[in-house]
Amino acid sequence: MLERVSWGVNGGSVRQVQAQGWHAWLQAQLHPGKAALPPAIAAQIDAMTISQVPLDQLVVSMEQKRKESAGVMDDMAKQQAQKDYQQELNRLAREAATRSLLLDVYSPNQLQQQLSWFWLNHFSVHQGKHNLRAMVGDYEANAIAPHALGKFRDLLGATVHHPAMLRYLDNEANAAKRINENYARELMELHTLGVNGGYSQADVQELARILTGVGVNLGTDTPKVKPALQSQYVRRGLFEFNPNRHDYGDKQFLGQTVKGRGLAELDEALDRLSRSPATAHFISGKLAQYFVGDNPPAPLVARMAATFQQSDGMIADVLQTMFQSPEFRQSLGKKFKDPMHYVVSAVRLSYDDKPILNAGPMLNWLSRMGQPLYGHQTPDGYPLTDASWASPGQMTTRFDIARTIGSGSAGLFKTDGPQPQEKVAFPQLASALYYQSLQPGLSPATRQALEQAASPQEWNTFLLSSPEMMHR
Amino acid sequence: MNRRDLLKALAAAPLLTHAGRLLAAPATDAKLLFVFLRGGYDANNLLVPVGSDFYYASRPNIAIAKPGAENGALALTADWALHPALRETIHPMFHSGEAAFIPFAGTTDLTRSHFETQDTIELGQEINTRRDFRSGFLNRLVQTLNGSKANPATPAIAFTDQLPLIFQGGVQVPNMALRSVGKPGIDARQSQIIAAMYRGTPLQQPVSAGFVVRDDVTKELTGEMQAANRNAISTKGFELEAQRIARLMKDKYNIGFVDVGGWDTHVGQGGANGYLAGRFDELGRGLAAFSQEMGSAWRNTVVVVVSEFGRTFRENGNRGTDHGHGSVFWVLGGGIKGKQVAGEQVAIAQANLFQNRDMPVLNEYRAVLGGLLRRTFGLTSAQLDHVFAGVKPAELGLV
Repeated sequence: MLERVSWGVNGGSVRQVQAQGWHAWLQAQLHPGKAALPPAIAAQIDAMTISQVPLDQLVVSMEQKRKESAGVMDDMAKQQAQKDYQQELNRLAREAATRSLLLDVYSPNQLQQQLSWFWLNHFSVHQGKHNLRAMVGDYEANAIAPHALGKFRDLLGATVHHPAMLRYLDNEANAAKRINENYARELMELHTLGVNGGYSQADVQELARILTGVGVNLGTDTPKVKPALQSQYVRRGLFEFNPNRHDYGDKQFLGQTVKGRGLAELDEALDRLSRSPATAHFISGKLAQYFVGDNPPAPLVARMAATFQQSDGMIADVLQTMFQSPEFRQSLGKKFKDPMHYVVSAVRLSYDDKPILNAGPMLNWLSRMGQPLYGHQTPDGYPLTDASWASPGQMTTRFDIARTIGSGSAGLFKTDGPQPQEKVAFPQLASALYYQSLQPGLSPATRQALEQAASPQEWNTFLLSSPEMMHR
Repeated sequence: MNRRDLLKALAAAPLLTHAGRLLAAPATDAKLLFVFLRGGYDANNLLVPVGSDFYYASRPNIAIAKPGAENGALALTADWALHPALRETIHPMFHSGEAAFIPFAGTTDLTRSHFETQDTIELGQEINTRRDFRSGFLNRLVQTLNGSKANPATPAIAFTDQLPLIFQGGVQVPNMALRSVGKPGIDARQSQIIAAMYRGTPLQQPVSAGFVVRDDVTKELTGEMQAANRNAISTKGFELEAQRIARLMKDKYNIGFVDVGGWDTHVGQGGANGYLAGRFDELGRGLAAFSQEMGSAWRNTVVVVVSEFGRTFRENGNRGTDHGHGSVFWVLGGGIKGKQVAGEQVAIAQANLFQNRDMPVLNEYRAVLGGLLRRTFGLTSAQLDHVFAGVKPAELGLV
């Protein structure tokens, strides 16, 4: 169970559960406080630009760089300026992904971290579009993570108002008489009701009208707004509601009239979407698919959806219903890990008490296995089913990665600065944890393979390649 | 009989029946590459209806000019012309009879959802029946060509990181993306020991199939690395990927699948130049490289290019296009009857738009693909019915 609620068993988490007792530990996971990180990890995160500079400042200064580079007259200098701009964007996105992985490996709030990934994937954005590389860190840390176990309505609202989402799904370009229905469609199909959730093409068009004028402002100027509408203008950070671009007519949305009156229409629409039974069912089904199995039992999903509705979309409550269920218990150990779970669990097991200094190799492994952070092009996010990942190509790649992790330091301790005193050779997986907790669960075939290992490195490789390491 | 002999006997049994089938079946050297353009590409700027004033009125900023104009479309037939980014690649293939297009093609799925409609096509099941989400139509094609599940005589492969839905189902189909390929770190002995851990588990097949494909790819790419040292021209992107695909397909695999993304052009898609032109250029280069690299096997090869839907006929407020309906399928091959724009067609006019916004679907994808597969692989009616249940294949005279 620890394996499923966390990103993977390691010595530290076993000790925590033993100290607190299972029930108290799970409650702490469902209702986490501030995470106490190992000092070395906290220091790495604190040193990042994305931890120090707020999003609006960061993006405004990046935009300035972009405009300056476009204005350079000399061709060579212009090329260099544009290259610098792109590299800075890459660096910011890499910081975000690094922070995300360090927290997954070392934060004691394991469930919150898993849910942060789940919601980031549910409200998926692709870093390759426009300047989203400068935004993904803030999107994850400030729009997603704080609400990951809270009210779904709050989470939804935070994504709708975040510039990363508004840019990714083109709503910044959606204006009265110049309708762009991209976001309106995905907001219902992927984020709330689900594709068979009972909306029509007309509802898509009407929601797109409700969303007109909801966009971003990446500069410091304020647009001219008609005097009569001036009081309606909203600017919060990079978020902007521009009344000039809004369609103030009434809308017929999901069978009811939404009175045309500005940004408040959006709140009304989001209230309706998040309280719809279709949403409760769709979200519960997806959570169950992530935590239980490809085809989660219908009665379990129904009970979760009931909790969703009774609690007005309290995510921790929905999860509690799931964790308490016999269906959940029966599924333990049978879910095939996706690449994220594979990579994070392997590093958790290997370097529990030795903070890594470079998450770069983890990012590369995720790319090789086809699941990089902020890297899914389309807004549906990565698939959550076993069938989508358990392919021949995936397996051979994993065995290669198992060898890399098992037989050396795998680049996880390489730094740009001075090299650390202690040289890390390869992880000690044949530990007390292994003999107490892992070995009893291994199949005879796995034990047999481990016996054939010619060296401790190869032993590690086989353990990390075993069927038991592929499941959670 | 001891256990070992029994296993041998069991393994041999399907082989025998299969050999009998093989002798009877024609055209086993036929090859198919299925290319999926994910995102719904703007087919109206690929196959340009140059005779339609309505086209030019609907796309004031992004239309492709008529043939002869500067950066104009490339003439194909009286009614249709091709995007100029394909000047050196697909346009010559069309005129040499190695390329054809099927406009007004697509599904009857009206969700206008990328994911729903991609699933629809990949599953290839009748739309109002309960779907079996574990059975893609290319998997069913491999099944029926093999005749027996245990003995894959028509090797198939997906050149993707994940096994796509189209290849999921009863037969284990391997996958391996060829965009970047590294040296394997696990040696032969280690591979055997690892495979042994999976024996008797549900992952046994993917694990062993993965090792086989890895060895194939390593072998093929050793040649590439040597060649790369000799000539300095470096190919990249989809062109390199497509070359590698050809290298594997001409020797080892009969049925291949690859997907190409980046087609969801809601904003600023450009016209003769710009974003979409760049995508067409890369795709065209890749497909031309594929045909070159296939060598003599190109004669027996059919490439089908599809996308989940077309886009709105009119440009939107952001010089882009939104999700639409009818698309244009491409058919390429060394032995096809190309140089035609095939299938049912209507005049391009406002009155003929679907829901006054999109290209209609007149050539349903199962009928179109069913007809192509039937001819390419010499399928019997029963075999075709296994792939696309209840379909009436369209006879477009392309293969």
